[in-house]
Amino acid sequence: MLGYVIQRLLQAVLVMAVMSMIVFIGVYAIGNPIDVLLSPDADQKIRADTIARYGLDRPLWEQYFAFVDRLVRGDFGRSFIFGISVLDLVFSRLPATLELTIAATLGATLIGVPLGMYAGYKPESRLSKSIMALSILGFSVPTFWIGIVLIYTFAITFPWLPAGRRGDTAMLFGVEWSFLTLNGLKHLLLPALNLSLFKLAMMIRLARAGTREVMLTDTVRFARAAGLRESTILRRHVLKLIAIPLVTVFGLELASTMAFAVVTETIFSWPGVGKLIIDSIMTLDRPVMVSYLVLVAFMFITINLIVDLTYAMLDPRIRKGRS
Amino acid sequence: MTTRAAAIADFWGEFRTSPIALTAFAVIIVIAILTIFAPWIAPQDPYDLANIDLMDARRPPGYVGTGGYVHLLGTDAQGRDLLSAMIYGLRISLQMGLLAGAIALTLGATLGTLAAFVGGRIEAMVMRIVDLQLSFPAILLALVLAAVLGKGKTQLVMALAAAQYAYFARTAHGAAIAERGKDYVEAALSTPLAPHTVIFRHILPNCLPPLIVVATVQIANAIALEATLSFLGLGLPSTEPSLGMLIANGFQYLLSGRYWISIYPGIALIVLIVAINVVGDQIRDQLNPRLKR
Amino acid sequence: MNAVTISDPVLAVRGLKTHFFTRAGVLKAVDGIDLAVARGEILGLVGESGSGKTVTGFSILGLVDPPGRIVEGSIRFAGRELVGLANEELRQLRGRRIAMVFQDPSTTLNPVLSVGDQMVLAVHAHERVSRSAALARARELLTIVGIPSPDARLAAYPHQLSGGMRQRVAIAIALLHRPEIIIADEPTTALDVSIQGQILFEIRRLARDTGVALIWITHDLAVVSNLADRIAVMYAGRIVEDGAAQDVLSRPQHPYTRGLLDSVPGDAPAGDLLPQIPGTTPSLLTLPPGCSFRDRCARADQLCATMPELTATAAMAHVRCHHPVTAA
Repeated sequence: MLGYVIQRLLQAVLVMAVMSMIVFIGVYAIGNPIDVLLSPDADQKIRADTIARYGLDRPLWEQYFAFVDRLVRGDFGRSFIFGISVLDLVFSRLPATLELTIAATLGATLIGVPLGMYAGYKPESRLSKSIMALSILGFSVPTFWIGIVLIYTFAITFPWLPAGRRGDTAMLFGVEWSFLTLNGLKHLLLPALNLSLFKLAMMIRLARAGTREVMLTDTVRFARAAGLRESTILRRHVLKLIAIPLVTVFGLELASTMAFAVVTETIFSWPGVGKLIIDSIMTLDRPVMVSYLVLVAFMFITINLIVDLTYAMLDPRIRKGRS
Repeated sequence: MTTRAAAIADFWGEFRTSPIALTAFAVIIVIAILTIFAPWIAPQDPYDLANIDLMDARRPPGYVGTGGYVHLLGTDAQGRDLLSAMIYGLRISLQMGLLAGAIALTLGATLGTLAAFVGGRIEAMVMRIVDLQLSFPAILLALVLAAVLGKGKTQLVMALAAAQYAYFARTAHGAAIAERGKDYVEAALSTPLAPHTVIFRHILPNCLPPLIVVATVQIANAIALEATLSFLGLGLPSTEPSLGMLIANGFQYLLSGRYWISIYPGIALIVLIVAINVVGDQIRDQLNPRLKR
Repeated sequence: MNAVTISDPVLAVRGLKTHFFTRAGVLKAVDGIDLAVARGEILGLVGESGSGKTVTGFSILGLVDPPGRIVEGSIRFAGRELVGLANEELRQLRGRRIAMVFQDPSTTLNPVLSVGDQMVLAVHAHERVSRSAALARARELLTIVGIPSPDARLAAYPHQLSGGMRQRVAIAIALLHRPEIIIADEPTTALDVSIQGQILFEIRRLARDTGVALIWITHDLAVVSNLADRIAVMYAGRIVEDGAAQDVLSRPQHPYTRGLLDSVPGDAPAGDLLPQIPGTTPSLLTLPPGCSFRDRCARADQLCATMPELTATAAMAHVRCHHPVTAA
């Protein structure tokens, strides 16, 4: 197990290094790196200063190491539009995205897995077929469309919920979170619902597929032959067996959900990291774009690492090694 | 009947037993016909700027415009006939989806199969890169590429294909590895046939079933992805309205009650994507060897 | 159909038919069989793959998955009719009074649960006892089936045990509630030859010690020769011969049984051709009318176009053939 952990850690570090190289090359391939650091309307003197300070006249490989050095120290440059350090900017928006993503993911899993298991256990029942039909919708309909429909239905036609923006926040561990207030929750509901639907559909389908396959195995048959109740079989055997592929997808999808938050945040004007990247693309706020990429890559690699480790914890064959 | 033709006939026979899948398939065919014959069917050419009069903008369904014809579904924010714009929009969606899917399939399948056969360090490295890309969500990749490459059809297709080839590569690789161990490969390689002939004429066809399954999902994804990108303002220029852009344009009018500008293109988009997914689902179930039927 | 005459059998199957309704047609896996097992008796159910022997085992326990189901027949256990019995009542019998051991222990044990957890689940299926009491019972049974250091095994996961050990665990689970009959479906086929002998010995000893009846399903005549009290031979969904083990093995009456025995490599001189039954097992979808063995039988004639009945040749011995081998 320890070997496995170390191996995964090393891989993660390697991938980070490769990502940083790709981003670095990308910045150079697209254009003049000075455009990433300075607004186009900066004057000559500032340009010269920046070139000197960031060593932009140095050989490429030297610049790369300087780049990595800056990354490690957390210096991602300053946003053209907001003027503050990109890192500060991103971190100020991160809690909003985090609470949206986690709310969506939690909802999708807690509702999706039981529904999917039922659909896999009784695939011919009408309820199962309806669940599957709905899951196709949740899966195929683009997130932005669902967002529009949600706003139209619950904010305009029936004005029960707010049509956008984040609600009131309260402080916890030094960070402002909106799920701690009732008003905040009201604002969180629609965007979280919007974001979760895709993942909900995916969880339902995965749980169903996994359950269906497992129900046909000898393991389930043997458990039935031993006289176990169906509910026990589902809870203790099937759930644990489908947990492994589900967790893998859960982890990957967590990252993907954060990516999809881009769309949801745009529609609901949710002040998160996703909206930040869209705005920065529109306004050509290059430092933000570059840093976003690096941060996102870092986040992905971390999440993947955690997923791998959880996988190992769940599957005793990896945990205890082959005999 | 050759065994391949018999297998296809069998497949179609089972496919026919599902009314939902058949309906979805029919819907796809109808949409395809609509879009192929778009220039003749659409009441108005939405690309022809001469036809568009801002006076007609944002009119409700049934309005008779300055051109003299009835706008069956109303007009959009620029004064285009919504129905025509939708039909052309569907055309673009299908074009983008199929093109991106085809390119991603060819690229990915070739890469995956070749990697499986070259083996060794190259295979490991290639698959690592593919895995890396797989863990990166397609939408972010497409977003970044679209932002970097700029607007336009070719750029968009490139962005979509680049975001999706990894799924095909991974699937093809897995299938090729499974085939690699089988006896017929060893037999074929021991004949004077060139290795690439063996790969493309014998092995690749056997890898097709899982690739077809991935292809249906990815085509639907490509269409959704293109719509999302257009919605966000990247992707296609505003002179070629894709469904996503129509929806985006109409979004701001939702609150003032002019729902049709967003809703109708949205419905069209969803019908297309859902139909493809339903058909893809059926194909996937039928090709899954682990489900006893 | 002649009555099967055992007084007070623990299990009596009469005219059982289990069919599978597939897209390709109706597969008559079990097409009218009669079986009876006395208390403490070991019955060997012999047949090739596809003969319906495994489906027979599943039918008795009510574990036939769709698209299959029991279409006809009776299964009487301890005075109750099992066919058509409610699911919950069947469940209470399974594992407690009728148990089953499957062929491949690497797929029957759940790889993500420890051995102890799985055994405790099996105990709790029928008894409300504390976890430590359940573990104690599990420990006791692991010892009975001959597994050393049972505590270590209880904490272990299936993949950490050898194949033979896993099968012993499966047998232990079957014995947890002291059932009256165990159906063992080829329990040694998936194991190494060297382990097979051990497991066979263990099972015979256990059966004798605990007095549990046993239906041993196998394709291997050699296995049942040392084990069974009575043998029933299945072919294409029907019983073609049954009787006392020694009788069936030394004086087989059905040409198929004769053919099976002849094809076992024995004392024939090396280099001789191994006799084989010509032809292949028929597909259960397209069985010819009449005797299913007709196309492969050297003794077949016009009469065989009609299905022979199961006729008694002695007390508790039957054969289904128009031209049995030792007919006068």
